[in-house]
Amino acid sequence: MSIFRLAAAHWRVNALNELQYRVNLVVQLFQSLIALGTGLIGLSLVFRQTDDLAGWSRPELLAVMGVHLLMGGIIQAVVQPNMQRLMGDVQNGLFDYSLVKPVDAQALSSVRELRIWQVVDVFVGAAVLAVAVAQLDARVGVGQALWFVMALVLGALSIYSFWLILTTGVFWIIRIENIVELFQGVYQAGRWPVGIYPPWLRGGLTFLVPVAFAVTVPSEAMTGRLTPQTMALAFGVAVGLMAAARGVWRLGVRRYGGASA
Amino acid sequence: MLRLYAGAARMSILDQLQYRTANYLYMIGMIAEPVIYLVVWSTVAESEGGTVGGYSAGALAAYYIVWTLVRNMNIVLTPYAWEWRIKDGQLSGELLKPIHPIHRDLGGFAGWKIVTILYWLPIAAILVWLFPPAFSTDTFSVLAFVVALWGGFLVRFMLLWALGLVTFWTTRVGAIFDVFFTVELLASGRLVPLSLMPPWAQTAADWLPFQWAFQFPIETLIGRLSRAEILRGLGMQAFWTLVGIGILTLVWPMAVKRYSAVGG
Repeated sequence: MSIFRLAAAHWRVNALNELQYRVNLVVQLFQSLIALGTGLIGLSLVFRQTDDLAGWSRPELLAVMGVHLLMGGIIQAVVQPNMQRLMGDVQNGLFDYSLVKPVDAQALSSVRELRIWQVVDVFVGAAVLAVAVAQLDARVGVGQALWFVMALVLGALSIYSFWLILTTGVFWIIRIENIVELFQGVYQAGRWPVGIYPPWLRGGLTFLVPVAFAVTVPSEAMTGRLTPQTMALAFGVAVGLMAAARGVWRLGVRRYGGASA
Repeated sequence: MLRLYAGAARMSILDQLQYRTANYLYMIGMIAEPVIYLVVWSTVAESEGGTVGGYSAGALAAYYIVWTLVRNMNIVLTPYAWEWRIKDGQLSGELLKPIHPIHRDLGGFAGWKIVTILYWLPIAAILVWLFPPAFSTDTFSVLAFVVALWGGFLVRFMLLWALGLVTFWTTRVGAIFDVFFTVELLASGRLVPLSLMPPWAQTAADWLPFQWAFQFPIETLIGRLSRAEILRGLGMQAFWTLVGIGILTLVWPMAVKRYSAVGG
């Protein structure tokens, strides 16, 4: 069964389930708007004092914020719920059920959960990005939009692979729920372009936790700063991380002794 | 009563000392926020001739490093805990005891804070090495800081404990708490030192308790306040703690009356 059919099947059930609770849309929208408001306040506080931040103008930073929200929505809707469920399943002995299914366990564990209301963040982020691009007065051609989508996809795959590598630690360490908070803390660094951070931190945010590829690179694509080298690097990192994630996954599953033996 | 506090604190300490990794992961995740603020504002300061809002890059470093300790001291019983306590029914057991449940909470959290301070010291050392701070301090400030640190904890503890009692009247508390926390984020000095906020926001913040739990302890240590201001600040902490205690003394009996346990 192709991974897309698998995902679609699970997501449909999840969505049908969640859509019963329509009030949650309002709740999520409220929370997203508060987060957006806080972000905008932060930006305006900075721009009360200065005209540009390390070479990024206000609309450009707004674009970064939009991409940050958008990518955050994707992570919260699709990546994080699956990883948290995987951690829980291994801890509770339910992972065996994933292993005996006729589909690849990694695929199953990665696509079965969907928090549909988090998708609101994707729309809010896209809206902010649209406003920022309008303010930039840049005409976004089809080519640039395609680069942007590709950068987003590569960034999302990098973050997913990174998350999977971290989560696979559960096969060794068992109690690693706090990784979620750790990641969320580090992801906040993506609200600002990674260029402003000191070199050691920038390196960490590029190669250790691929926030740079998740947020800054797509923002660069949208604001016309993207170079082919960066795109190639993004591609290389994404492929590398996916391969690494697969390798670590197989190591972990091999180590996994089963819940009832 | 003192024995109760000592007991609750000791249990909490022993408990938390076992979860070293969990505590450290949690604390390290929390330093991402101030490091980001610090880098952003240092960048602004650099581009604006060295200082911004009266803070040099070194002063900002000092501010945000002490921030990490105060932030940890500020973590108290989340108002969301009441939802769980009420649904769980465990509250019934607590209510049967001859002492107010707040004492166990306070003792437990106080004990945890002692462990937190211990765990924080190596983190602080690394941060100081990475982001050299510039500050001046004297014995009075350090002593006042110790008092202000715990004072801030008390202020926030009382206020949030009282806020949590809203849960006895409605389950849709998320929105109320979200608004509360957002206002606090802006008015406490957590997002930025208050001198960087627009004047009308600073005036508004003066009417709110948040800065006394957060910015005040930080500025006490890094030498930005005169003795008179420090003493006034400690007084404000006492004031707001009493306000919190007053609110919860009034509201608690009403809350208990409304309470009907799950399963008895």
